[in-house]
Amino acid sequence: MTRLKADSRHLVRFKLNGKPVEAEAEPRMLLSDFLRHQLGATGTHVGCEHGVCGACTVVVDGMLTRSCLTLAAQVDGCDVKTVEGLAPSADRLGALQRAFRRNHALQCGFCTAGILMSLDHYLSRNPAPTEEEIRDLLSGHLCRCTGYTPIIRAALEAALSATATEESSDA
Amino acid sequence: MVQAAVKSANSVDQGRSGDKPWVGRSIERVEDAALLSGRGRFIDDLGVQPGTLHAAILRSPHAHADILSIDIEAAKRLPGVAAVLTGEHVKAVTSSLVVGVKAPVECWPIAIDRVRYVGEPVAVIVATDRARAEDAAELITVEYRPRGAVVDPLAALAPDAPVLHDGFPGNLASDRAFRYGDPEQAFADAPHRFSIDIKYPRNSCTPIETYGVVASHDAAEDAFEVLANFQGPFSIHTVIARALKVPGNRLRLRTPPDSGGSFGVKQGVFPYIVLIAAAARVAGRPVKWIEDRLEHLTASVSATNRATTLSAAVAADGKILALDWDQVEDCGAHLRAPEPATLYRMHGNLTGAYDIRHVKVRNRVVVTNKTPTGLNRGFGGPQVYFALERLVQRIAIGLGLDPLDVIRRNLIDAGAFPYRTATGALLDSGNYQEAVSRAVEQGKLAELKAKRDEARAQGRLYGIGFTAVVEPSVSNMGYITTVLTAAERRKAGPKNGAQATATVGLDPVGSVTVHVASVPQGQGHRTVLSQVVADVFGLEPKDVRVNTEIDTAKDAWSIASGNYASRFAAAVAGTAKLAAERVAGRLARIAAGQLNVEAADIVFTRGFVASRHNAENRIAFSRVAALSHWSPGSLPDDAGQTIRETVFWTPPELTPPDDEDRINSSLCHGFIFDFCGVEIDRTTLETRIDRYVTMHDCGTILHPGMVNGQIRGGFAQALGAALYEEYAYADDGSFLTGTLADYLLPTTAEVPEPQIIHMETPSPFTPLGAKGVGEGNCMSTPVCIANAVADALGVADVTLPLVPARLAELVRGVEPPPPAGRSTATRAREGDRRLHGEGQASVNGAPEQVWAMLLDPATLHSVIPGCQRVDRLSETHFRADVTLGIGPVTGRYRADVELFDLDPPRAVTLRGRADGALGFGSAEGRITLEGDGKGGTRLTYSYDAAIGGKVVSIGGRLLDGATRVIIGQFFTALARKAGGGGAAGGGFSLFALLAKLTSLLGGRR
Repeated sequence: MTRLKADSRHLVRFKLNGKPVEAEAEPRMLLSDFLRHQLGATGTHVGCEHGVCGACTVVVDGMLTRSCLTLAAQVDGCDVKTVEGLAPSADRLGALQRAFRRNHALQCGFCTAGILMSLDHYLSRNPAPTEEEIRDLLSGHLCRCTGYTPIIRAALEAALSATATEESSDA
Repeated sequence: MVQAAVKSANSVDQGRSGDKPWVGRSIERVEDAALLSGRGRFIDDLGVQPGTLHAAILRSPHAHADILSIDIEAAKRLPGVAAVLTGEHVKAVTSSLVVGVKAPVECWPIAIDRVRYVGEPVAVIVATDRARAEDAAELITVEYRPRGAVVDPLAALAPDAPVLHDGFPGNLASDRAFRYGDPEQAFADAPHRFSIDIKYPRNSCTPIETYGVVASHDAAEDAFEVLANFQGPFSIHTVIARALKVPGNRLRLRTPPDSGGSFGVKQGVFPYIVLIAAAARVAGRPVKWIEDRLEHLTASVSATNRATTLSAAVAADGKILALDWDQVEDCGAHLRAPEPATLYRMHGNLTGAYDIRHVKVRNRVVVTNKTPTGLNRGFGGPQVYFALERLVQRIAIGLGLDPLDVIRRNLIDAGAFPYRTATGALLDSGNYQEAVSRAVEQGKLAELKAKRDEARAQGRLYGIGFTAVVEPSVSNMGYITTVLTAAERRKAGPKNGAQATATVGLDPVGSVTVHVASVPQGQGHRTVLSQVVADVFGLEPKDVRVNTEIDTAKDAWSIASGNYASRFAAAVAGTAKLAAERVAGRLARIAAGQLNVEAADIVFTRGFVASRHNAENRIAFSRVAALSHWSPGSLPDDAGQTIRETVFWTPPELTPPDDEDRINSSLCHGFIFDFCGVEIDRTTLETRIDRYVTMHDCGTILHPGMVNGQIRGGFAQALGAALYEEYAYADDGSFLTGTLADYLLPTTAEVPEPQIIHMETPSPFTPLGAKGVGEGNCMSTPVCIANAVADALGVADVTLPLVPARLAELVRGVEPPPPAGRSTATRAREGDRRLHGEGQASVNGAPEQVWAMLLDPATLHSVIPGCQRVDRLSETHFRADVTLGIGPVTGRYRADVELFDLDPPRAVTLRGRADGALGFGSAEGRITLEGDGKGGTRLTYSYDAAIGGKVVSIGGRLLDGATRVIIGQFFTALARKAGGGGAAGGGFSLFALLAKLTSLLGGRR
């Protein structure tokens, strides 16, 4: 196991949304702070820094991860996905993002990145979820603006549209 | 006038057909694409100037204590630290924040000589990065002398209560009595009198983004530049400038493009603006501070908690003839601007939706050892309506009437608008009877009642609650002066109105830009304004670009600017319409000349300026719009410029309080009627919302999707306030809910979809007919749910939040204490961080031997975990420095233990304290030593300990179990030590326990 010295900076390299990135971090630096302040990927937000609010959720090696409870050094060599990687291109939104916009599933948008990451991860594995499953999944995210129901509607709509697209492309 | 109910709009309306106005349609939000793809621009997403320093704040662990000394030397020596400011340093460069009442008190953003609430700033550390600054904070040693603390507003008024400020004798900051009509006579004549006592708890809408400030100081010009996610009102700009001792034009205050929710709360960032600006001035460099969650929950701001006694004089048919309000408002440790506004915001609406002509009011404002209060969604409404609507239910029960009948009997008549309330509000428009009827019908109340009957027949706990409220919006900037007497007001000069500002500009290619001083935090202002202005110019919303950032050095703004009191739709959007119409009027004159028609014949449609009678006679909008730039000489003489127009709009209805203290506290008054069915689980006493119906009349609806978004969001927050949320304090002022695992917010698992019903009665006082809608459910929903729970349980009094433990006390009585056991640690009572325990242990060695070691510093040094040094100050007084780490959290503590009632070698009493970065504790215990007849000693101990500070805020729920574990561990270690040839004093357990307890759990680091 690599030993890191507490008071020195260490090089951390990983793939961020498919592209290799590297920067230096002290061993105590959180992944959330590293993404935001070292790499400039400010789409991931920090709401509580103790793992409850879910705003900082990212995907590390295919696992949903609270980046505020993860050290930057822990993701060395990993594959990290953040909200910046969701849209197919800079001027186009993905199906889930469009469903959010259609349903007014966000207001201030601060918690949204984490919710999108959880849903994107979940829907890719569970393409036809029930409302109850979506509610269960999102119970790990706090949103103070929307009252949640538009988010749930957007998630179900996105799942439906993805399934429909698949069916029509199969036909 | 009552228009057709708007169909509940859940998804967007993107149709572009015809000339249907854009206002009133749920178009997609222009804000969303960036926010959905991680390109939002919140304050911590923006870069800072190279060389910017970062601040951390050391905060008080005590609710009330004198600061005896602060040693910052070690912190200053830490590499990377640029400056350390204590109260003394801040005081040298600032002046006290103004206080909203006339009293000889000061209000500083940092503790000066004394702390008055847990979390009050004690020092600001500025360093090259945040982690360094926090490292340095741990090196600061503060010596406190605790004082008695008071956390309950009524207890604060007791003659023997600890006094927070000498300038507020008896902790009373304000005491005013009001009388409208003839309430004494009404009470004397009325056949019935009903009364209710309420204790409304503290809570907060807790935005997910915390406070942020970046400040710099230009010493050459003595001018400050501040970027902060402040939300207004910008009357606070004057407070900040004054505290920083500069004129307003030397305080440039800007807001970032995006703000992660506020709900009133981000008004409370202003003391930190002063603090960080002062730090920037002292450090000579820009300073940035982003609040963490523990800081936010502990010490940002909250709604007021309030103790109210409300009485009503009632006729036999349920008609309320008079009200008698006695409100005691708890504003926390300091009366910060704009408090005591929470108490006066509803002053004109103290009669709610009812026609009540006689009102008596006593308003007292007290200070307690809790975090100072400020703006919070609903602002005064939840506190007032909880009392009023609980009382209405009680009147119904008392008179054997249906609660809905009592509501209906008292509603203001539909023909009475505009209606002047007894206390001075001018209710603009409405038809409350019609709204109630529609809600009852569309919300299927009859069905709900049948469901309740059926559930009850099966022995289930099911109840129905009702609420009718008036939702005020667009605050009169003068309402707060109602706290002053008429004579004081005359002396201070009149305050009234609510200036809204909007600027519409046309650039050299004729594209439209709108700027407003509205500072949204997710409410979609940019989208709605693009609709409003597009309608005026005959354009599409995408043609209109809107900027809602504020820069006080460059933009049009006034004291009422900002996002609060639900003023956007009613005031700001209307002002943008007026500005666009002013420009359009001039463009029409220009176009009329070119098209050879009268200006009155001009219409703006589909990107053209055209003749109303001949659509072919037209000119492109952009061409007319650009003319002022390219050819001002060809403009008609009376047209003026069309480059930029700023409109300031303030409604004439917002007059100052009159000599009889009548105040039109708000411009608009929406109406809400809610009812709900709840079921309470007989076993767990968990409350489940079965159905919630909410009828809103917020005047003209500008964007149905956003209106419903406001209603759903407010409903969810109100559900939290009703069922889960409370900023809880122990009796000693320790803050108990410092994490989002302790301060419980509702999640997807708890929030149902409310049934939203609309009715539109336009306001005659606003340009678009719109009224505010953002705060209503925060006022109506907590009491509606409480009424339903009271109905389900058949109880007279319910207190928020309606957590199962509290309902259990109502239904089953107070839980008996568990049977006394050995080596147990129990809390004396709910919400109190007192621990009590007792037990026994056996160690090798005779009592005399154990006794001697107990008093020997060298032995103590070797047995205390993490002990750095032990000093014996006297035969019976020890001091030790201890470093303890549990998991990743390490903290340094100083412990102080004294021995009393020595009875060598048989018994001793210990009293001690431990203080450290993560908290403090104090304990007293008695240990007896007894020979066991086999050369060993049996120790019997009992103790009482109290724990406070950060450890209580963030891990309070875990303390009891952890205590038990630690005691077990201690005696295992002790026995081992004794077995090795010597015995450590059992009494030392207290000492180690204290130190260990305080270090159990850490905060963010």
